[in-house]
Amino acid sequence: MNTAVLPRRRRARWPELLAHDWGGRIGAILLFIVVGVALFGSSFAPHGSTVTIGIPGLGPSPGAPLGLDFVGRDVLSRTLDGGRSTLLLGGAATALTYLVGVTIGLAAGNARSLVDPVLMRSVDVVLSFPALLVMLLAVTAFGSSRTVLVGAAALVLFPGVARIVRTATAEVATKAYVEAAVASGERAIAIIRREILPNVMPPIVADLGIRFSWSIILIASVNYLGLGLQPPTADWGLMVSENRGIISTNALAVIAPALMLALLIVAVNLVGDAYVRQLGRSKSEP
Amino acid sequence: MTQPERVVLRARGLSVELASGAAIIEDVSLELKAGEILGLVGESGSGKTTTALSIFGYHEQGVRAARGEIEISGQVLGDEQMFRRARGRLVSYVPQNPGMALNPSMRIADAIEDMIGAHRGKSVSGNSAHGMLERVGLSASQPFGRRFPHQLSGGQQQRVCIAVALSSGPAVVVLDEPTTGLDVITQARILNELVSLRDEEQVAMLYITHDLAVVSEIASRIAVMYAGRIVEQGAPEAILRSPRHPYTRGLMASTPDHVRPRMLQAMEGIAVGVGDHPPGCAFAPRCPQAVARCHTELPALEETASNHFVRCFEWLSTPPVEWIPPMVKHAASAVGEGASAVGEGASNVLEVNHLRAEYRSRHGSVLAASDVSFSLEQGGCVALVGESGSGKTTIARVIAGLHPISSGEIRLRGQALPRVAHRRTLEQRRRIQIVFQNPGEALNPSHTVSSTIARPARTLRGLSRREADDEVRRLLMAVRLPRRVAERYPAELSGGECQRVAIARALAAGPDVLVCDEITSALDVSVQAVVLELLRDLGQGFGVSLLLITHDLGVVSTLAERVLVLKDGAVCEEGTVAEVLETPRHEYTQRLLQAAPSLSATLDAWESATVTRRTAVGLIEPRDVT
Repeated sequence: MNTAVLPRRRRARWPELLAHDWGGRIGAILLFIVVGVALFGSSFAPHGSTVTIGIPGLGPSPGAPLGLDFVGRDVLSRTLDGGRSTLLLGGAATALTYLVGVTIGLAAGNARSLVDPVLMRSVDVVLSFPALLVMLLAVTAFGSSRTVLVGAAALVLFPGVARIVRTATAEVATKAYVEAAVASGERAIAIIRREILPNVMPPIVADLGIRFSWSIILIASVNYLGLGLQPPTADWGLMVSENRGIISTNALAVIAPALMLALLIVAVNLVGDAYVRQLGRSKSEP
Repeated sequence: MTQPERVVLRARGLSVELASGAAIIEDVSLELKAGEILGLVGESGSGKTTTALSIFGYHEQGVRAARGEIEISGQVLGDEQMFRRARGRLVSYVPQNPGMALNPSMRIADAIEDMIGAHRGKSVSGNSAHGMLERVGLSASQPFGRRFPHQLSGGQQQRVCIAVALSSGPAVVVLDEPTTGLDVITQARILNELVSLRDEEQVAMLYITHDLAVVSEIASRIAVMYAGRIVEQGAPEAILRSPRHPYTRGLMASTPDHVRPRMLQAMEGIAVGVGDHPPGCAFAPRCPQAVARCHTELPALEETASNHFVRCFEWLSTPPVEWIPPMVKHAASAVGEGASAVGEGASNVLEVNHLRAEYRSRHGSVLAASDVSFSLEQGGCVALVGESGSGKTTIARVIAGLHPISSGEIRLRGQALPRVAHRRTLEQRRRIQIVFQNPGEALNPSHTVSSTIARPARTLRGLSRREADDEVRRLLMAVRLPRRVAERYPAELSGGECQRVAIARALAAGPDVLVCDEITSALDVSVQAVVLELLRDLGQGFGVSLLLITHDLGVVSTLAERVLVLKDGAVCEEGTVAEVLETPRHEYTQRLLQAAPSLSATLDAWESATVTRRTAVGLIEPRDVT
């Protein structure tokens, strides 16, 4: 019996998690569909996404089931093609937001020195600028490349993450198990990674969905103003804005990309919520 | 007390269950007469608070009353509306945590006035807020009434709560662990106050507590609950002199006592949870005298003597509570400081010299401890005793390297220790381990028990994963936890189990000194007995030295050899436990000892029937002869 290795139990993995949670299951299916469309949809597109094939704003027809957009391109093909750009930009912006926000939040929340106020007041300064203004300034200053769009969105969004993480960290940092780690001389990095980070995950994940939505919306609104991605790129956010003029003749040109965006955001939120519920469950079992 | 005995509260066959049908309390019947204090004793999960709440017709979410009848002052309370009218007017509540019960933005006189106003016209006497304050022993002056709750001490806050509860002139007051958060001296004062209120106002009180020693001093009757049922009920004298239910006996044997120090005898097993009450007697799985039918058949509450009821088939065979003195340690240390005790006893593992510690606050620095000196032998146990704010926790933190020392020094095996943990060598950090007060916060909720215990074994002792696993298994056995606990998360464990895991984590480092900061204060007495037993074995079996930080003199008397009494950050008395507890010299120690409740003191008082000490506060009442 002495040679037997102790059973190691890990926190529930995604498949187990989804098996128990209807919200998470539906979210995962939706996410699977939307991401599938975004990544592989273009290979099924009947037309090229930048080719004009008929009269602008034409309604649905056998060749173009979703009709044509404001310059006469096939809405279905563009919808199938436009997800990649949206997903990529939104995903990258969210990832960057969390990377910066979590790092700053952990550092500030765990520091018992000047580091905390200095970091947080700088965050407040960033927070005090209107979001869109920062985006537009960035785009006008550095051009409207994808990198600039992602960076600017992250710059706008990270303060919120930093503040949440800092508060959660400061609370966890006073717990006895953190003190025990300090007393046994663990390094700050090990304490943050092992003792603190796992316990600030719920608030971090809880609004991941919302922040992902915001980053897509932010980038879409810059696109909408014509300062972001330049036509003829297919992008769901851009499609919603560029087709607003023909909403009376072919509403599907706006509805289709908008619906895909909505599904994406709902799916991310459902899965995020399921994950938080799962964390809560494993911590409050009797 | 010349009034004829009038029953003011009658609860019959109360049963409360979860939505699933699992019973929380079953068939609880209580009777309370005017001018009587009924002590309802039980550990967490025994259903005592549920019982109290159902007297108000109030149930927590997901919980419903299944059966039973409540009658207060001759009125049977049937529906929610009747209960609502009764609350405050007939029966009122004093909560456990007064700081949270009082509205922080309301002046205390207004809070009392509010309650009087809500029941104006119905209340018996023309109460005024200031009159009420005076009745509970607070100042009746205008400026005092204008204070906010945060400007009062914990004891004063609790008195305000009592005043609020009494101000509507209820027939019954339910007090839910009213002194649990208070220090002993304040507790003694509040208990005094309650007894005189009972005598003067003929209020009936239902006093809920986990502490047998406390009820033994104030109650006119005791009801002991276990797993949702009353298992023994009767006069305190009858129950405590010869407990008939093995659980009551077990509780008594688990309760530390500073007046007559004793070796605790922990009960087997753990309490059953709500919802898995077994078909027979719920205590049978832990019971040393259980017979076959205890597991299948539920014993009735049987009258074994006049007014003494016991729910046990085998009550006749319940042995009396033995009073075994603690191990020989006292004798060994009585040799004195200079003389070397047996063998290696002379070598001091830890020496603290003139320790001084301060806290920085907005208004400069606050002194937390000054000029504290003591030494700890190998395998020895020194206790630091004091009330909250006496600086004892700060001293623990300084020794563990979590709080900087302002002056003085700490020597570990003759070597001076650097002030903060990360400046100390690996070896030094390994040798001193600390266990914290709150078991809920002691363990990282994101790590399994085995990962928590293995960590210090790997970082401080450099064990491999395989070796650490073996170590985890060995330590779980040492702290008497089953091996399957290894893969659990802290949320799946009880408070006592968490605390034992925390001890195992500290032991994983292979320490010389274990600093225990109030580690049993959040635990039930039966669990505390297990933890204290474990600590004793550590000292004797593994040569670990203990620094015990506590406010509980009973705990000190069971474990420690030397004791330092702290007041306002300074040592006011020091000596062997026997010396200090038997012949306290400092006035503060004397007060502390007087105030601390003790079962044996009450028993002795009954024995000699002389009115000594706290019995003067009016506890001995003619037993009700019905």
